[in-house]
Amino acid sequence: MAYDKFTKITSPAVPLPIENVDTDQIIPARFLKAIERKGFGDNLFRDWRYEKDGSPKSDFPLNNNIYSGKILVAGKNFGSGSSREHAAWAIYDYGFRVVVSSFFADIFKGNALNNGLLPVVVTPEFLQKIFTTIEKDVNTTFEVDLEKQIFTISATNDTIDFEINSYKKHCLQNGLDDIDYLVDMKEEIAAFEKDN
Amino acid sequence: MTVKTLFDKIWDAHVVKKVEGGPNVLYIDRHLIHEVTSPVAFLGLKNRGLKVLRPEKTTATPDHNVPTINQHLSVKDELSRHQLEMLKTNCTENGIVHHDLGTEGHGVVHIIGPEMGLTQPGMTIVCGDSHTSTHGAFGAIAFGIGTSEVEMVFASQCIMQPKPKKMKITVNGTLAKGVTAKDIALYIISKISTSGGTGHFIEYTGSAITGLSMEGRMTLCNLSIECGARGGMIAPDEITFEYVKGREFAPKGADWDKAVAKWKELKTDDDAVFDTELIYDAADIEPMITFGTNPGMGIGISKNIPTTEGMEGSDKSSFEKSLQYMGFGAGDKIEGKPVDYVFLGSCTNGRIEDFREFTEFVKGKKKAPNITAWLVPGSKQVENQIRAEGLISILEDAGFQLRQPGCSACLAMNDDKIPAGKYSVSTSNRNFEGRQGPGARTLLASPITAAAAAISGVISDPRK
Ligand code: SF4
Repeated sequence: MAYDKFTKITSPAVPLPIENVDTDQIIPARFLKAIERKGFGDNLFRDWRYEKDGSPKSDFPLNNNIYSGKILVAGKNFGSGSSREHAAWAIYDYGFRVVVSSFFADIFKGNALNNGLLPVVVTPEFLQKIFTTIEKDVNTTFEVDLEKQIFTISATNDTIDFEINSYKKHCLQNGLDDIDYLVDMKEEIAAFEKDN
Repeated sequence: MTVKTLFDKIWDAHVVKKVEGGPNVLYIDRHLIHEVTSPVAFLGLKNRGLKVLRPEKTTATPDHNVPTINQHLSVKDELSRHQLEMLKTNCTENGIVHHDLGTEGHGVVHIIGPEMGLTQPGMTIVCGDSHTSTHGAFGAIAFGIGTSEVEMVFASQCIMQPKPKKMKITVNGTLAKGVTAKDIALYIISKISTSGGTGHFIEYTGSAITGLSMEGRMTLCNLSIECGARGGMIAPDEITFEYVKGREFAPKGADWDKAVAKWKELKTDDDAVFDTELIYDAADIEPMITFGTNPGMGIGISKNIPTTEGMEGSDKSSFEKSLQYMGFGAGDKIEGKPVDYVFLGSCTNGRIEDFREFTEFVKGKKKAPNITAWLVPGSKQVENQIRAEGLISILEDAGFQLRQPGCSACLAMNDDKIPAGKYSVSTSNRNFEGRQGPGARTLLASPITAAAAAISGVISDPRK
């Protein structure tokens, strides 16, 4: 799936200070009936975002228009549970390009990276600092520099390095996906099959 | 020779290439697909002008979406029906075997794989569903993947994955009566939390594990994902070989002997090192039940819901939010809490042994009038066996009815939704908010504990 190339993002952030946000909350199962990858952003966090009658819940951060930006900041163990890639699609489709947390579930992390969504792992202390900074000023911005692998709180110039393996970094920077890579390996794969 | 774990042996034998500074290109022996996580992958493949590279290594069945009554009729829900039709069309176009609704091979993807002998020791197995970890019970590396990865397997029969860390969980001793593989799993998750296994692949060992039947092993490995691990596995032994032998896709004749000789080498070398090791005693495990909104929030059934003492900050607020959703109070006794629904089924506990255990408990008793019970076999074969063994009449005498195979209330994508605010004792694997329907309140437990709730009408200790 093609996605936008990722270089550097400077943006305010939307706080979601909840732990163990599982993929059933990110996109409930009843929205997985699509056969195309379209429109999942509308149902992102559906049951936390909307009342049963479809009206928005005013206390949910995504409905609070003081918050904006391409960065979602969430409590620890984000993306646990179901392997549904629809969770990453929904977050991307809504307009986020980065999710920050102190801990991500494995499958979610892989799915995000395969879809141009950058998961940034920070320490629990740094995560708290981000939440506090947003609390003080909702318009405060953060900088995500993929090349240097640095996340910066612009207001205080607090920075933290983040990890990403060099292959995935290259993919994100160039909007490439693994399938292109694998298809190019056809002969090596055929040789492996012959030997095994 | 370097010493290796069971996991290393299988993984290393499947690495086609190690990408510089990146993941491994891993060859996949068996790919299982279903209607929900495959359509976008098929579409992506088509857009690239490609076909499935090795259709004979892929097997399809519709399960997540399907109704569990009147399967002979056309599926009412339009979106579901469309997704089911897409699966069929995509399989036909790509030459993939598709076990359609109502056929003898139909069922939940993780139930039919082992049943048909598609799941074998030493294999790499993937599926766009996190509970693919189930197949690790056979001494295979099996894990769930996302839709992009489904497309990768279609295109190349490979995926790209970094090699995970290794964890060993040993459970020694004998399980007490009424304690099952499900309880071992819920016990472990309650100890290490839903993120305790993240980044790891688990190998389960110890006398309490090797003493489990294949079906119990599948239940345990199935739930590995709920502690955050990529998967779980158990070294194959005579119990494994006995189970695989004679199944449709199992090797036959001389091939069988050759395969078994190879499979016998699939065990962790004596001095192999794990990144993390945990040891538990089976005697400490009682029937487990969850009280919160993730599988790590479980307790022994005789215990009280924990209090917030010692919790702080976001730990405390997450805990309180969870109890509020469940309508429970901190420190409450779990026994005696109200129940409205009982769900027996899913890839965790929808196999024949689960139905035998449930039936054994309810035999000669009557379902409580306040309980709506959904008994959903994991596959057509399980359904047939329930009938053949005569379990069906015992269940019916006790006031239960059998539905048709599918994922059903495990994720409530079909009509089997628990209404908002209602309590469900469920043998499935996830008690997340809304997992069994918007607002539904799920308590995870074993088939025996579910049976006890179905008979008494409230949460009850099955040992009493
Ligand atoms: S039964 Fe539940 S967990 Fe298993 S494959 Fe179906 S939806 Fe997934």
